[in-house]
Amino acid sequence: MSSTAATPINQLSMSEQLQRLQNKAISSVELVDATLAAIETHDGSVGAFLQVYPEQARAQAASFDERRARGETVPSLAGLPIAIKDNMCRTGDTVTCASRMLHNYRPPYTAGAIERLERAGAIVVGRTNLDEFAMGSSGENSAVQLTRNPWDLERTPGGSSSGSAASVAARYVSGSLGSDTGGSIRQPAGLCGVVGLKPTYGRVSRYGLIAFASSLDQIGPLATDVTGAAILLEAISGHDPRDSTSVDVPVPSYSQLVQQPLAGLRVGFCPAHFSEGLDQEVAQTIRQALTLYRQLGAEVKEIALPHADYSVAAYYLIAPSEASSNLSRYDGIHYGYRSDKFENLADLYAASRGEGFGPEVKRRIMLGTYALSAGYYDQYYARALKVRRLIRRDYDEAFQEVDVIAGPVAPTTAFRLGEKNNDPLAMYLSDIYTIGTNLAGIPAISLPAGYSKSGLPIGLQLQGPAFEEIKLLQAAYMFEQAAGVLERKPGMVGG
Amino acid sequence: MSYDVIIGLEVHVQLQTQTKVFCGCSTAFNPQAPNTQTCPTCLGLPGALPVLNKKAFELAVQTAMGLNCEIPLFTKWDRKQYFYPDLPKGYQISQYDLPFSRNGHLDIPPATDGDTPIRVRILRAHLEEDAGKNLHDESGRGAGSMIDLNRAGTPLVEIVTEPDLRNAMSARRFLEELRLLLVYLGVSDCNMQEGSLRCDANVNLHVHGPDGTKIPTPIVEVKNLNSFRFTEQAIEFEVARQWEQYQKTGQTIHDAPKVTRGFDPDRGMTYALREKEEAADYRYFPDPDLVPVTVTEEQLSLWRSRLVESPASRRERFRQEYGLSLYDAQVILDQGVLFADYFEQVASQTKDGKQAANWLTQEVQRVLNDRRWTLTEFPFPAPALGHLLSLVSTKKITGKSAKDVFNLLVEGDEPEVVTSETIDATIAERGLALVEDTGAIDMAIADVIGRNPKAVQDFRSGKQAAAGALIGQVMKAVKGADPQSVRERLLKQLEG
Amino acid sequence: MSLSAKDVEKVARLARLRLNETDIEQYAAQLSQILDYAAILEAVETEGVEPMVHAIELANVWREDEILTSLPRQQALQNSPAQDGKHFVVPQILDAS
Ligand SMILES: [Mg+2]
Ligand SMILES: [Zn+2]
Repeated sequence: MSSTAATPINQLSMSEQLQRLQNKAISSVELVDATLAAIETHDGSVGAFLQVYPEQARAQAASFDERRARGETVPSLAGLPIAIKDNMCRTGDTVTCASRMLHNYRPPYTAGAIERLERAGAIVVGRTNLDEFAMGSSGENSAVQLTRNPWDLERTPGGSSSGSAASVAARYVSGSLGSDTGGSIRQPAGLCGVVGLKPTYGRVSRYGLIAFASSLDQIGPLATDVTGAAILLEAISGHDPRDSTSVDVPVPSYSQLVQQPLAGLRVGFCPAHFSEGLDQEVAQTIRQALTLYRQLGAEVKEIALPHADYSVAAYYLIAPSEASSNLSRYDGIHYGYRSDKFENLADLYAASRGEGFGPEVKRRIMLGTYALSAGYYDQYYARALKVRRLIRRDYDEAFQEVDVIAGPVAPTTAFRLGEKNNDPLAMYLSDIYTIGTNLAGIPAISLPAGYSKSGLPIGLQLQGPAFEEIKLLQAAYMFEQAAGVLERKPGMVGG
Repeated sequence: MSYDVIIGLEVHVQLQTQTKVFCGCSTAFNPQAPNTQTCPTCLGLPGALPVLNKKAFELAVQTAMGLNCEIPLFTKWDRKQYFYPDLPKGYQISQYDLPFSRNGHLDIPPATDGDTPIRVRILRAHLEEDAGKNLHDESGRGAGSMIDLNRAGTPLVEIVTEPDLRNAMSARRFLEELRLLLVYLGVSDCNMQEGSLRCDANVNLHVHGPDGTKIPTPIVEVKNLNSFRFTEQAIEFEVARQWEQYQKTGQTIHDAPKVTRGFDPDRGMTYALREKEEAADYRYFPDPDLVPVTVTEEQLSLWRSRLVESPASRRERFRQEYGLSLYDAQVILDQGVLFADYFEQVASQTKDGKQAANWLTQEVQRVLNDRRWTLTEFPFPAPALGHLLSLVSTKKITGKSAKDVFNLLVEGDEPEVVTSETIDATIAERGLALVEDTGAIDMAIADVIGRNPKAVQDFRSGKQAAAGALIGQVMKAVKGADPQSVRERLLKQLEG
Repeated sequence: MSLSAKDVEKVARLARLRLNETDIEQYAAQLSQILDYAAILEAVETEGVEPMVHAIELANVWREDEILTSLPRQQALQNSPAQDGKHFVVPQILDAS
């Protein structure tokens, strides 16, 4: 454990960084430089970033410093370096989704969440790696590079927000943005020992988020601690009239409310979350977490989610169906990769898409195309949507009984790179605890709960009712304070 | 052997909105500046999202109400998936199983007085986005095709009829009535040159078998007919072709799938479009980026109450209330809703529909055409014309004088707006008021007879025409005399 | 539920994906495995359950019919693999629609 004084400023928590910026104890240029230096030192081995914007970030930092020096009022996150997943559009950037298909794609507009982030004064230092088009649970589906888990470089950081989780775990930045369609923020957060939050569907604008599965996708924050996640969530939340599925409800001041004590908390747990495939060490850590909640005065009780066992099957029909449609736009005509191996127009499509997409993306497009095709729609897609409603009802009923549902994020700790590469179903099943959240549209948070004997992080997931992110944050903060999990950092950054 | 012709139409109508159906780009027709009316949404860029244009939905509902359709309280948006360069998302946002309207009808008006209208049932009408435009290299040697996405995302209502049409002429007349309705409702400009109204025709034959059965031949869909005449020609051609085909091959609907054909207006022929390898599988599913639309009965009745009167209803009223012939009623209706309104104002003021119709279709239209005026620029408001015509019917002035006054008052570059007062003043100024002083008229007649012994001689020897010249002279002498009464009095004196 | 190579080829054609033979075999096996797994949904009683298309169910989200600024043409075309300064350019489109 290193003393605070010796901690490099990029490794401070987001609230500390903001406080010091505000007090002018540090400058934004210093903070950005520390971030860039850490990336320079470690990212050769971690591989979290696809793009870094050193000049732009320094220039923005300098401008905030000047404004502060002049005594101007600056926005709440002014000068704070943040990493974003490379599936969110920003004018002037190249946005690749870690796909050959978009290797040179420059969007002429900026995503709603990024606009809010930048309006709040955050500085985008770079774009992070992901499974191609956010499809995957290990980051290995990136067509560009591997991202490694800062806790063990031979292991996966999880996915699909691999780089966003790894960049926070490696303490380059105190927070980042990811996107979560079936667990893509929470699972890598869990495997990387950081906090990740999937907001209620409609809480954060999807405008400018490159779609994987539109009815499930949601942008959310990752941070070293719960307070950081609350600060970032507050910055990016809110109604966006450009997204028809964005919900117009007020945004609570998460950053102010997160540390408020929570009385009378009711924590549920579900036997389905302790199923067969769950690693024993993970199970034990989650049980300990429940015990801790009890000790903290919460009521802990069993609830039922009768359709939880069907969530993976429903998800892997719904998500690929939507994806097969969303990814039809990559046709080599208007933007993106165009093959040169074609004789005619029909060829151009098939060749460009065949070469431009990686194997997992093609697998899901095939699966979704099949599930929507004539004769199979009712059997697969429509049935999955009905099961989805039953899953949602389960949650509605459970939340009559409890405020949050606690359970594991993933069945195991970070697995070895390459371990599940040839078994897509096994990979899909690693999302078993996170997927229900997306199907139901509810929010969930993943936070460090402990460590395995081999020193790998184990995540705790809390799920809550729609638009009750504040309850999740408060319950998570309460645990975080009591469990003492924040003290550990990956060895590579001095933990 | 004989056969029945079975025709169903699918009509795509562009709605008259300022902006596209799911984004804020202009819908203005602008082929000179390709790809200048696009944004991330209508370009289908990654991450861009659609938001429904409220006006487009309202115009669509008005269209369906005009077609007497049911409007369900719930409707949603679906993706129809196929790959084509003018479709940048790889799917079209359309409506599949729950369109916003269904089960309506539109009557083809009778062709002549005494005929009955023909009812054509409307299966459904749904709202969807248009695709862009493909421009083909005309040189024919492989420069490729060019894509303009200005039109992509323009709101369309697709109207699908039941196969209730029985000949090419009815199909054309159906389209004409549909166009008139849409223009009256103000939902579309129906500009066919700009592609605002396009039609696909599904055609086949029901051949009468020897035992009285009817044998349906394979259905042919003739795509993208962009004029009424082409639609009629294409159907006529298809009927002949399919009959010939049936006689040659005996193929029925069970032997061959539906095929699509194009129409070549230069040769007046349809031609086979290249068949796809397999039947289209559009993989429709609900668009997760768009939310459903729900309406209430109250909302629907409010909209229904605001709906303008249909041409069919007006046509009937013009015949009943104003005694017009079908032909006259149609001539007036065809001039548009403002003209029909104008007619009604004049006719209800003068209580003489026939007179108003004659004036409108002759004097008024002539001036509008000559001066290239729209009715809003026309300086003769309906109450003024009503006043003028009333003066004629109450014999205060002659029809001839009325025309003179009318022409006088619309002369000049920017004539002032005519009122009853200006009309009266003009009549007074020119002394056009009918002279009822029979003494003055008789004196003038006697004078003219005295001065024209030759003409009097001619008349008396049987040349009726000679009276005309004499009447003209009397009329000149007595301004504002009623020619009818002058004629009667002159004849009396000549004969007497 | 076993998908044949032929089924996979048909789906690939529908999805406009050029696949090689190894891909086709592999996808046939993998997709079959996943669809077999998905068959567990058949055990769920879904009679009378409305399909849930959206995670949060809203209705009547509109925009007014007001013109917004379109992109300059240069930006609309900036990512196109082939363009002539005014249009997107593709190989000759034949009659197929
Ligand atoms: Mg259509
Ligand atoms: Zn647009």
